Amino acid sequence: MAGTNGTIISVNKVRKSYYRDTIEIPVLNNISINVPEGEFLALMGPSGSGKTTLLNLIAGIDRPDEGEVVVGGVNIAALSESELSKWRARHVGFVFQFYNLLPVLTAYENVELPLLLTNLSKKEKHEHVEFALKLVGLSDRMYNKPGQLSGGQEQRVAIARAVVTDPTILVADEPTGDLDKVSAAEIMELLDRLNKEYKKTIVMVTHDPRAAEKAHTVRHLEKGELT
Amino acid sequence: MKIPLKYTFRNLQSRRLTTALTILGITLVVFVFAAVLMMAHGVEKTLVATGSEENILISRKASNGEISSIIDGETVNIILAMNQVARTPAGAPFATKDVATVINLPKTDYVGITNVTVRGVSPDAFALRPMVKIVEGRAFQWGAREIIIGNSIARRILNARVGGTIKIGGDQWTIVGRFDAEGCGFDSEIWGDVLQLTDALGRSNAFSTLTLKLRSPQEFDSFKEAFESDARLQQFVPKTERQFFEEQSETMALFIRVLGIFITVIFSAGAVIGAMITMYGAVANRTVEIGTLRALGFRRRSVLSAYLIESLMIALIGGIVGVVLASFLQFFSISTINFDSFAEIEFSFALSTGIIISSLMFAVVMGFVGGFLPAFRAARLNIVSALRAS
Repeated sequence: MAGTNGTIISVNKVRKSYYRDTIEIPVLNNISINVPEGEFLALMGPSGSGKTTLLNLIAGIDRPDEGEVVVGGVNIAALSESELSKWRARHVGFVFQFYNLLPVLTAYENVELPLLLTNLSKKEKHEHVEFALKLVGLSDRMYNKPGQLSGGQEQRVAIARAVVTDPTILVADEPTGDLDKVSAAEIMELLDRLNKEYKKTIVMVTHDPRAAEKAHTVRHLEKGELT
Repeated sequence: MKIPLKYTFRNLQSRRLTTALTILGITLVVFVFAAVLMMAHGVEKTLVATGSEENILISRKASNGEISSIIDGETVNIILAMNQVARTPAGAPFATKDVATVINLPKTDYVGITNVTVRGVSPDAFALRPMVKIVEGRAFQWGAREIIIGNSIARRILNARVGGTIKIGGDQWTIVGRFDAEGCGFDSEIWGDVLQLTDALGRSNAFSTLTLKLRSPQEFDSFKEAFESDARLQQFVPKTERQFFEEQSETMALFIRVLGIFITVIFSAGAVIGAMITMYGAVANRTVEIGTLRALGFRRRSVLSAYLIESLMIALIGGIVGVVLASFLQFFSISTINFDSFAEIEFSFALSTGIIISSLMFAVVMGFVGGFLPAFRAARLNIVSALRAS
């Protein structure tokens, strides 16, 4: 999966602007960054610095105006919409600030969701879901719906959902942003474990210096440029 | 790969009130739609049941009903002399010369009068139409100013009871019996002796129609051929009795269908808009969920079908409830003036498999039309902005 020199993510000369009415608002300005396999990278920076945009480009839910984003040897900016959907399902695990669990589904069903896009048998799916929930320590809350869980527990279910397909990279956007200190520490422990024990490459956007401490590398973005 | 149905289903359950109101809108439209079709079908069924496949009815070609048909005694004799006509054991032709006319009578249920068919029949009429059975009193006597009334007449017409009298053609006729005709058109008629009636109406030796039995139903084609090749019979046309009465329902059934469907299609716009608002609401409330599903790798078409299925589910539930409610209408009968006979006829709402299928299809179409734009919008959402909607 890794590119040359064990690089898993390679962002080359990427530019990205948004348009508000007809006014162009540059967000990323000629950004280049390489992330080696097994890295735990934290992107920090003030609001509007473009860190979430960079994360979205790496995760394949947004496209650069210029430049290329190569993940696991694939230039994802060149993929069609449906190829990109397929690619995300296989290679990216998402952790969101507000967990983004589907409220009508149980923890089990939420974790199972990405597996519906795979060809695994019913039995294999079941094993994967149980494993992922065990990994995050929520085997006993499998049949609870998100509304019956605490914020920390919800985020752990979301992490289980992110890792259940064993994706190439994990992207986390402010994973502790909505949590109290204790829960935030637990989530960071969990991400740390996934990185160390399971060798998951993680790219995390955060405001929280305590969260960033767990990362191997911290990069700062300011006004669309890496500093 | 599809977004699981349980997601769609549980979302419907999670916003019960909105879902229920949308279902109600569709239920009402489907109820009216089914009711109209059941009404038209009821008219047809009643009139089709009036005619027998084995009886042949001869009427004047240019007439559009029994009342406007005239057939003179001489022509009747020519027809009855034909080979194919069945004979009674006594050797007489097995037939009834009917005279049908319409009189005005006051109704029981409200102040007003209505048109009622009075039918004069020959003695063989009861054998030709075995569904007509006396249930109260007795049959009229031949040669007397006596009549019997159908069940529906007894219900609808003021003072129509055994022992009472009704004025026809200037004379008072005594009601001596009441008959049941198994819910067919005869139930809405008054019967008497044809000769007495032609006399009272001043139409001696002229009848409305001739109904006869053939020696064998298979002989209809040869009978018709002989009939059509006879120069004296060119103004008349033989049909099976069933076909004749079926045609008597055509205008009415068509009118009910066209008017009813026109009205329900207009109503349906309301239900479609209701479904659309509900589904747009669903998409707006679940924008982040849609963004999440798309980020996880679910394709646009999966999102499109999930939301479309949600709308179709709402519509189908509404459709089923509407049809179930409409099915209770079968216990009701109503009466109306039939355009073809100018006489009031009583009939029941009648449900058929075809009506059930059409009603459910109609519901599904409403769900599709109402759900498509919101589902399309959901599928087209930009992932990044959808996720940011939180």
